[in-house]
Amino acid sequence: MAQRAITISPRWPGVLAGALVLVLTLGTLAAVALRAELTTGLGTADWAAIRFTVVQAFLSALISVVLAIPVARALARRRFWGRQAFITLLGAPFLLPVIVAVVGLIAVFGRNGILNSTMIWAGIEPISIYGFHGVILAHVFFNLPLAVRFILQGWLAIPSERFRLAASLNAPIGRVLEIPMLRAVVPSTFLVIFLICLTSFAVALTLGRGPKSTTVELAIYQALRFDFDLGRAAMLACIQFGLCAVAAVIAWRVTGVDAMGAGFDRTVTRWDKRRPFWDYLAIALAALFLLIPLAMVVLRGLPGLLIMPSSVWLAAVRSVLVAIGSATLCCTMAIALGLLGGRAVAVVGVLPLAASGLVVGTGAFLIVYPFVSPSDVALVITMLVNATLALPFVLRAIGPAIVAVHDDFGRLAVSVGLTRWRWLWVVVLPRIRRPLGFGAGLSAALSMGDLGVIALFAGKAEETLPLAMHRLMGAYRMDAAAGAAVLLLGVSLLIFWICDHWGRGDVDL
Amino acid sequence: MLICEDLELRYDDFSLRADVRFAAGAITALIGPSGAGKSTLLAAIAGFLPPASGRVSWAGMDITAQSPADRPVSMLFQDNNLFPHLTIAQNVGLGLRPGLRLSSSQMSQVDAVLESVGLAGMGTRKPAALSGGQQSRAALARVLLADRPLVLLDEPFAALGPNLKGEMLDLVKQRLADQGRTVMMVTHDPDDAKRIADAVAVVADGVVSDPAPTAALFDNPPSALAAYLGR
Repeated sequence: MAQRAITISPRWPGVLAGALVLVLTLGTLAAVALRAELTTGLGTADWAAIRFTVVQAFLSALISVVLAIPVARALARRRFWGRQAFITLLGAPFLLPVIVAVVGLIAVFGRNGILNSTMIWAGIEPISIYGFHGVILAHVFFNLPLAVRFILQGWLAIPSERFRLAASLNAPIGRVLEIPMLRAVVPSTFLVIFLICLTSFAVALTLGRGPKSTTVELAIYQALRFDFDLGRAAMLACIQFGLCAVAAVIAWRVTGVDAMGAGFDRTVTRWDKRRPFWDYLAIALAALFLLIPLAMVVLRGLPGLLIMPSSVWLAAVRSVLVAIGSATLCCTMAIALGLLGGRAVAVVGVLPLAASGLVVGTGAFLIVYPFVSPSDVALVITMLVNATLALPFVLRAIGPAIVAVHDDFGRLAVSVGLTRWRWLWVVVLPRIRRPLGFGAGLSAALSMGDLGVIALFAGKAEETLPLAMHRLMGAYRMDAAAGAAVLLLGVSLLIFWICDHWGRGDVDL
Repeated sequence: MLICEDLELRYDDFSLRADVRFAAGAITALIGPSGAGKSTLLAAIAGFLPPASGRVSWAGMDITAQSPADRPVSMLFQDNNLFPHLTIAQNVGLGLRPGLRLSSSQMSQVDAVLESVGLAGMGTRKPAALSGGQQSRAALARVLLADRPLVLLDEPFAALGPNLKGEMLDLVKQRLADQGRTVMMVTHDPDDAKRIADAVAVVADGVVSDPAPTAALFDNPPSALAAYLGR
């Protein structure tokens, strides 16, 4: 009936959080741009980086989506032992530190990997994982599961009654049900993955080789780290921002599905289940593609745990602290923005998707530069950047829950006089505990595995675990790096599990 | 006395006019077809819907500009009258003060009121562990404890079976009206009104009619009510 927004929550925390996000995204970009001498135009290397970024993102998204369709279709219509576990596993790459996955992929597709060893044994010329196809391979590894989850959700959203009707009319299910669904779901899935791949840094840093496979993010890193050319970095940052903004706007307009949506446990009864072989083949291939690299990380890494330099353990402690700080900040901002609500918040909430982590970090560094030395604040800035970049995902998890609490209990709370902070403590926080736990775990895990801005500033004393691992790889100490990978993987998943588990405990819904 | 003076409520293309007085210390039922605006009128009196024009006053004081929490009003909604994550005692305690920390004397007040609605010893349970009727009693206990003179009931018992609903209505009469509170209840069931209401106001065709004594009204219904009752 008479539903109307009643102001229950204090407004200033949301305004403050919004301002912080604006400063960290647009403000840092401005800080970099102001310092820049915008005299030089774009060189051929810059154009190459732009071209490479767009082309690899396009191909990565295309391949991920095309391969995801048969897997999602198979999962939608088959029921088998371990199906739920497999769907859960599909969520894992989102939490997986990029550099860990890269180690796993190298173990399978690298020079001494399983694949090449087999090919040499069979007398075939070995392939290299570095360069263009390596970048795409890694992106498909990360985004194929995401695409499967998106598209599977589309399939499961078709009401079972439609399948029954189609079966009773003997109508072609593909044409009347599946193709219209795919037409709605595939473009948004494609765009989200395209956007994720546009901002790729760690993959290009570890697997890209030379100017032919440099993304814009990597070019920004090189301009800052090796040339300290703020002008070029700022210009590239603007280009990166523009590219992402366009993709993000289109993606957010087209996207109707929820990336982290729960509840895939429904199997629709279907009457077109002949030829199970192809379905199970698709599932098996996808499972092998995801599981073998992960298994290799663990297999190779476990012995490596013993030979890691002790600095790696220190780096792990630092990473955990940064992750906790980042998750705390990110969730606080997301709650504040969620309570504020409205269209401006929606825009602020997706803004970080278009921001380059490196530019945010560099801008933040330039802002504080007159006061402190860069390595002193490396960890703090990393924390800020990580919190900002994770915000869109966490807000997406928490925001709708806050709206639901407001709709269900807002009037009751107002009528018994629970407003402002009491409303937050007594009603909102207990009731959003589940998405909050998930969001905290997500942002902590993302921060834990982040290899971005930290690579710019950190000295030995500020190393995080992913950076320590990257440096071990750079020094060709692969066994120790593999050990660090296991540690990083374990800690990331553990920290996510702890938060998510906390969110699931003791809730009365 | 609750007075709606030239009150006009509007949202989207819906509008409702009310220029009526409701007697203090009585139970008034609002009856009429669904969508006529019964709940909307309660929402306006409770302060959830600012009127397009006109005034609401209680005991001679204009409350139109007051926030819902400041009004002398307790309200029970169609659903979500208890916070599911709080215990019954915590939910009821919210009637005393908006927060969870209660003094020991306040806690014994909560226990006493729970006993008076037949929920003795249930304070530590969560709402989900109670039956629908018990949940309604708990919500009513909070209203009792809140000690606000005007009580608005927006069909909070609609989901209960006829027997339980009757029990709850009797409880409203005994515990609230007989102790001096002014009760306004929305209903679409004439029997509810006949059971406990002193007066009935018909809400139909965008207008709230003056409340009339229940028995007299049902014996000789005006055309809008007759149409609703199907006579």
